[in-house]
Amino acid sequence: MEKFTTLTGVAAPMPLVNIDTDMIIPKQFLKTIQRSGLGKNLFDEMRFDREGNEVADFVLNQPAYRKAEILVAGDNFGCGSSREHAPWALLDFGIRCVISTSFADIFFNNCFKNGILPIVLPQEQVDVLMADARKGANARQTVDLEAQTVTTSDGQVFSFTVDAHRKHCLMNGLDDIGLTLEKASAIDSFEAKNATLRPWA
Amino acid sequence: MAPRTLYDKIWDDHVVHQAEDGTCLLYIDRHLVHEVTSPQAFEGLRMTGRKVRAPEKTIAVPDHNVPTTLDRANASTMTEDSRIQVAALDKNAKDFGINYYPVSDVRQGIVHIVGPEQGWTLPGMTVVCGDSHTATHGAFGSLAHGIGTSEVEHVLATQTLIQRKGKNMKVEITGSLRPGVTAKDITLSVIGATGTAGGTGYVIEYCGQAIRELSMEGRMTVCNMAIEGGARAGLIAPDEKTFAYCMGRPHAPKGAKWEAALAYWETLFTDEGAHFDKVVTIKGEDIAPVVTWGTSPEDVLPITGTVPHASDFTGGKVEAAQRSIDYMGLTAGQKLTDITIDTVFIGSCTNGRIEDLRAAAAVLKGKKVKDGMRAMVVPGSGLVRAQAEEEGLAQIFIDAGFEWRLAGCSMCLAMNPDQLAPGERCASTSNRNFEGRQGYKGRTHLMSPAMAAAAAITGHLTDVREMMNEAV
Repeated sequence: MEKFTTLTGVAAPMPLVNIDTDMIIPKQFLKTIQRSGLGKNLFDEMRFDREGNEVADFVLNQPAYRKAEILVAGDNFGCGSSREHAPWALLDFGIRCVISTSFADIFFNNCFKNGILPIVLPQEQVDVLMADARKGANARQTVDLEAQTVTTSDGQVFSFTVDAHRKHCLMNGLDDIGLTLEKASAIDSFEAKNATLRPWA
Repeated sequence: MAPRTLYDKIWDDHVVHQAEDGTCLLYIDRHLVHEVTSPQAFEGLRMTGRKVRAPEKTIAVPDHNVPTTLDRANASTMTEDSRIQVAALDKNAKDFGINYYPVSDVRQGIVHIVGPEQGWTLPGMTVVCGDSHTATHGAFGSLAHGIGTSEVEHVLATQTLIQRKGKNMKVEITGSLRPGVTAKDITLSVIGATGTAGGTGYVIEYCGQAIRELSMEGRMTVCNMAIEGGARAGLIAPDEKTFAYCMGRPHAPKGAKWEAALAYWETLFTDEGAHFDKVVTIKGEDIAPVVTWGTSPEDVLPITGTVPHASDFTGGKVEAAQRSIDYMGLTAGQKLTDITIDTVFIGSCTNGRIEDLRAAAAVLKGKKVKDGMRAMVVPGSGLVRAQAEEEGLAQIFIDAGFEWRLAGCSMCLAMNPDQLAPGERCASTSNRNFEGRQGYKGRTHLMSPAMAAAAAITGHLTDVREMMNEAV
């Protein structure tokens, strides 16, 4: 997993609430057996018409936002299906950070496994970042994970909270499985105890 | 010890390790696997030379991609990429030695129907699957939730998950349901009341008389859609109905192990005075048969209602509601019963069990679907299908003009050939009405099996109580 430390980039505004993972990556693209290559299908049914032509007014098709690295999104972003193809598609497109007032749990979790930082901020701060993002390509926002801050293009700073374990993994690009396998003896003893307490399980 | 909720108890019994910051390593009792969210996880194991730690606790079944037409044994019924994905699961199950129900097996079906049916899902367990509707298994008083593919790989390799504990939420449905009102109406009404983010960060415990009065099938329907309310997991304390359902299932314990299990299961309830961070109470008798009008599962109204105006909402929901009304091709103020449909889908992990088919067949018996209606029943598993045939339900569906299909996820998410064409409108017993969910530009109205059957007959959204001669 790629490390996440600081990021300065274009933020795309997506104020719609309840953007679900079917919107982020429609099911016809879930038939892949790989993690890569989904960026071209990100937001496919909003971004392209049936013939594959770009929908001009969709935010990521506008010249200012074609290279966006941050999304500022409406409430409850990533609801619906557990498909990790959603963060894979965001990452493959180049999005490393999503900011919203809330995220669906499974999507939120999936982001951290893929080097994407989801940031939860109060409505009034997301409103400021959304307005800042609407200024276009020259309005670059900065996310500093170490300091846990987001800075608007004109220097307003907002602090966010992040779970210590997740921050550590993200900043160091760590693989969870490797960390857990270091605790193999704890898993062994749990299983031994369980075999007595709950043998049917 | 302080009084604990059911969620607290299951959690406590599965903590392998707790870090200083509260992050826990949680033991997983059952890992269900399907073909869409697992190939990258198995590939990860191969690349790192890791094994599946507990293959005997890992159960795989292909369901999302598989065709449901009777000719599906013919490989040409699947697209090349679907075929590759199902073949990958065949190979991964064999290579890693996990329990497997291939397409050719009569026990094949939707993963969340197969798990309980085969006795893999039992009270007090932790159950995960790379699918958000894993919440279904919470009906047994197990802690069950969806995970992403990275976590699928983590569970395969370690039989654990890294988790932080969620908050406790109680949803109580008091009193009894009125005739014509079902588990689906409960779960949709709860989402309508709390919103799709109302349960975010929580595990919901459903309780109250109306929940106790539901069958296990109904309880699975309720828990199935906890995720649509934002909660990763929903659960219901096990009782005599739960134990009776589990008893004798192929993978349920037998003999002395059954007795030991039962003694443990009887401790699985929320203690008097345990703390809930959020409580929602709904009167069972206030719940009507409901349908969704928009493109979010929170867009729920009683069938007697009218399509809302975007201006009825506040904040970001105003834009979302207008977008939904436009997408759905509706007019604000229009009566819901005036919405005509052209497709009916009965099935899915929400409503593809035997009781669902019985409820739909009871409405359809001796009747015909509206001329031109495309109607299909997709049983949740091969065993549900066989039982429905034995009970004569299949014939009722066929006589009414329904297609009688083989088991799979089918038009719930339309990854297989069962899809809506642009503009088509479906009365569906599935769980999501998102834009494009059942096919590009397709329009979905969620409802119970009985309501879907009623709509199939009349050709428009219909109050099933009128067909049952019940007062509205």
